[in-house]
Amino acid sequence: MPTFGLNQFEFLLRGAGWTVVLSALALVFGGIVAFAIALARVSDAAVPRTASNIYVQLIQGTPLIVLMLICYFGFSLYGIDLPAIVAAALAMTLYVGAFLGEVWRGCLNAIPTTQWEAAESLGMSRTERMIWIILPQAIRISIPPTVTFMVQIVKNTSLASIIGFVELTQAGKLVNNATFQPFICFIFVAMIYFVLCYPLTVWGRILERRFNVRHR
Amino acid sequence: MLYQFDFGFLAEKWPLLVKGLLLTLAMSGLSTVFGFLLGTGCAVSMRYGSRALRLATRCYVEVVRNTPLLVQIFLIYFGLASIGFRVPVFATAVFSLSVNIGAYSSEIIRAGIESIAPAQIEAAECLGLSRGQVILHVVLQPAIERVYPSLTSQFVLLMLGSSLTSQISAEELTGVGNLIQSETFRSFEVYAVIGICYIALSLVVRSLLKGFGLLAFPRWRRLGSRA
Repeated sequence: MPTFGLNQFEFLLRGAGWTVVLSALALVFGGIVAFAIALARVSDAAVPRTASNIYVQLIQGTPLIVLMLICYFGFSLYGIDLPAIVAAALAMTLYVGAFLGEVWRGCLNAIPTTQWEAAESLGMSRTERMIWIILPQAIRISIPPTVTFMVQIVKNTSLASIIGFVELTQAGKLVNNATFQPFICFIFVAMIYFVLCYPLTVWGRILERRFNVRHR
Repeated sequence: MLYQFDFGFLAEKWPLLVKGLLLTLAMSGLSTVFGFLLGTGCAVSMRYGSRALRLATRCYVEVVRNTPLLVQIFLIYFGLASIGFRVPVFATAVFSLSVNIGAYSSEIIRAGIESIAPAQIEAAECLGLSRGQVILHVVLQPAIERVYPSLTSQFVLLMLGSSLTSQISAEELTGVGNLIQSETFRSFEVYAVIGICYIALSLVVRSLLKGFGLLAFPRWRRLGSRA
């Protein structure tokens, strides 16, 4: 029986690589969804506002693990055998879309009403107002909470292990199955996650201080 | 599409689902209480504790907040087993969830404590309140009142997070779902039902917590609810 050694650690690192890949996919695709959701949530029209609200309520009310399972098993109904990474990325996209969308909506709402009104009185259309006045300011505010949210993304990719995608946690489970040294194995898994996440936390904190968005 | 949706398993398996639902509620209720107490303790010790205690709580909070809940659950479950403790799954689940929520709520409560104006504390000291009384009545109570809405969302997230304990074979809602799925092979239908249960559960938990807030903080009732 192999014991936990360099080979096993290397295997964990390879899993960590996939964790990073999945996180990046989730951030990019989820970010696109989140952007649309944030815009729809502050829209003047009732339909997109209600629809995006329902979407957010549904996703925020379901555990990510159930989303993963639904995405993974749902497509097999149509006879499509979805690879685990696609299902995981899809579930993460839905998840990030709802949560990050709410974060970004908060950033849009943080822009003082006077800014919206001033743009309007300058005769700007809604689109112009959004692009030239609101978004540049909102994006500035949104950077620190987005960085902090990236920590959530990295941590939540661990749930992809449940549908069998070999990222860090699943790699840990596999190593554990081979070596029967669960404690050492998962300590290392936790340490790798910490190394991935802690810099992001610190970075987020520094940005927060620099942008001075904290209300003290 | 030729697939026929079949929710027939519900007729037979619903008692199992109800049992899982109740276990989810019990598990998240207990860990909410323990985690809240732990978080409050940590928040107070981060503010008023000795240097060593502050460092220790800081480390605890950072480690928990920067590692996934799933890994924490595995670590505690297998860790306890490898030291030779045979702890029932339910206790392990509650323990790991409490450790997790403790760290998150301590950060939230700390933010509340920091928002208390120093003049309030000085005024309380002038009135001759002891240090313990100041912390309890002047700092903690209004601090928790202020951050209660954020705590509420964190507790709902904890309830959803309790689904992860199915991975150490706790038979809560998701665990029961896995079980039914492996018997009926109706995976999509089963998880859709489970998802709906969670959505209903989160609505219920949210309004329960809101009601509790109205009971616990009488000022809200007078000023109108904030949660």
